[in-house]
Amino acid sequence: MPDLIELDNVSKYFGNVIALTGITTSVRAGEVTCVLGDNGAGKSTFIKILSGVHPHDTGRFLVEGREVHYSSPRDARADGIATVYQDLAMEPLMSVWRNFFLGSEPTKGWGPFRYFDVAASKKTAVEELRKMGIDVRDPDQPVGTLSGGELQSVAIARAVYFGAKALILDEPTSSLGVRQSGMVLKYIIAARDAGLGVIFITHNPHHAYPVGDRFLILKRGRSLGNFPKAEISREELTKLMAGGAELEELAHEIESLIPEAVEEILP
Amino acid sequence: MAETITATESLEPPTPEPTVADERLARRSVWKRFLIRPEFGALAGAAVVWVLFAWQAKDTWLTSGGTATYLDTAALYGLSAVAIALLMIGGEFDLSSGVMVGTAGMFTGLFAVHSGFNFWLAMALSLVICLAIGFLNGYMVIKSGLPSFIVTLGTFFILRGFNLWLTQDITNQTNVTGVDRTGGFSAAEKLFASAPIKIGGTEFRVDILWFIGLTAVAAWVLLRTKIGNWIFAVGGNKEAARRVGVPANATKIGLFMVVAACGWLHGMVVLAQTGRSNVIEGVGQEFYFIIAAVLGGCLLTGGFGSAVGAALGCLILGMTQQGIVLAGWDNNLYFLFLGVILLVAAFANEWIRNWATRAGRPSKPPDAAVAGNGVGGDRARRQPRAEVGGEARA
Repeated sequence: MPDLIELDNVSKYFGNVIALTGITTSVRAGEVTCVLGDNGAGKSTFIKILSGVHPHDTGRFLVEGREVHYSSPRDARADGIATVYQDLAMEPLMSVWRNFFLGSEPTKGWGPFRYFDVAASKKTAVEELRKMGIDVRDPDQPVGTLSGGELQSVAIARAVYFGAKALILDEPTSSLGVRQSGMVLKYIIAARDAGLGVIFITHNPHHAYPVGDRFLILKRGRSLGNFPKAEISREELTKLMAGGAELEELAHEIESLIPEAVEEILP
Repeated sequence: MAETITATESLEPPTPEPTVADERLARRSVWKRFLIRPEFGALAGAAVVWVLFAWQAKDTWLTSGGTATYLDTAALYGLSAVAIALLMIGGEFDLSSGVMVGTAGMFTGLFAVHSGFNFWLAMALSLVICLAIGFLNGYMVIKSGLPSFIVTLGTFFILRGFNLWLTQDITNQTNVTGVDRTGGFSAAEKLFASAPIKIGGTEFRVDILWFIGLTAVAAWVLLRTKIGNWIFAVGGNKEAARRVGVPANATKIGLFMVVAACGWLHGMVVLAQTGRSNVIEGVGQEFYFIIAAVLGGCLLTGGFGSAVGAALGCLILGMTQQGIVLAGWDNNLYFLFLGVILLVAAFANEWIRNWATRAGRPSKPPDAAVAGNGVGGDRARRQPRAEVGGEARA
């Protein structure tokens, strides 16, 4: 069986700026591929290629073994690639069930009297969220009253319910505290176990390592490597991600200012 | 269970657990669920105003005649204000909604009297013109990205000037007389200005039924159709709505057209009641419509509100306007009163929403990152990113 998504030496240029070059990785159904990189590493461009916002320029992009060249996000969605953006596409004042079905409302009835099937929507939303391991207190509560982690889970559950095969999560933990990040990692595993291929974009190796099956590390638009979990340890990942040598240099610089701070920086 | 997870715990997939009574649910009592409803303020306000005038104008207020008077006033406001509420929930304003009433009457009058068309044809043509103006309002707002406040302020003055110029040019007056003598008028009068209900010798006019019917349809569309879901969504976060497949621009333009069509209906009722079209009819009322919508719980920033609430807001306006007369107070107090209740309603909306949305959450935020209690509806809408970021809603 071919991989869900396969990138082979993919590059993207904006004019003569190299946004991303020589990227090779794969996403399998039921696995989590983590994409790590600091700010400006090319993570956003990576997401945009996969979600169809920008077409790639060179290399091969395969979805279920078929080479694709997306020209709009609709193409990606049609192939089952769903993206959960940082701002979550949620309406804070709308209830959980209204948000869950926004844009794909189930209807009942005939002709001009078609109506939004509210009872079924509430029931489905609660059920689907429970599958993700989240017990919504009340489907009528505004999503704005949910915690950051719960918000992510609603977005993930929605993508799963509407038939996503691959799920791109854009820095889902970057703005969350420790506990909430832990929740999101659990939802990532739940999505993985539901058979989805998850692409987890993050700059935090400590979030990526426990859940990832494969790690793609980006730096300034280039790939620093594409490792299955067996080939890389958490320490190596952290070091690669942080740019080892640069970090030591930074440590020396800071040492001259605040000697005791260095132990905090160097792992 | 969500409260007990930490990142260092085992990352086993969450197992669907049997639902246990959630201790957090209790904090959201039936009473609070009622308070959080957008209609609550308007309902309470209407009750207070009713009692006030039942006391101050006790001779006339409780009679069927008094009731018919304020219901009629409320109904006329409501024909436009309910549509304005939908538009405001969709995140836009229409300051040309008042002048639309006179515009509809003027075109109908000119077509019927001066072009010699049958009254029904004249009404149909003026409806088409009103819908076109509504479409243009929406189209300009969407295409320019400007606030609808500015765009429709422009339309308002254009229509106001154009209507006066055109009517004076044709009739030498600011109104079109003789409409009641045109063919087809009497049937239209039955539809828009008859008094089908008589209670104790008092006539209740048909616009009250139009008002109730319109409110019911608007509430149903808003709460029980997918279009209603889209209206809330485009008002709350248009880009997010578009991303999940909501036809955001079409929804907004459609709302402007609904406001125009309801302005036309309002105009036809006034025309049928008076038998002539006064060009400046409705001018200045656009603010009453907005006040009624705010009284009914609509947020100025969109994404929240109620059609039934706006109808109750109209009831408050109608009762106050007529109650002041019946109680023998100075008429100017009406404006003072409008200003006061608008402020009270706006403050109360904000306060109740803050309090009630907090009520559903754990009393102690689990994360130290919580700064302040920024749960305000507008803030939530404008800074979804920051809300999530700060975990202010945890």
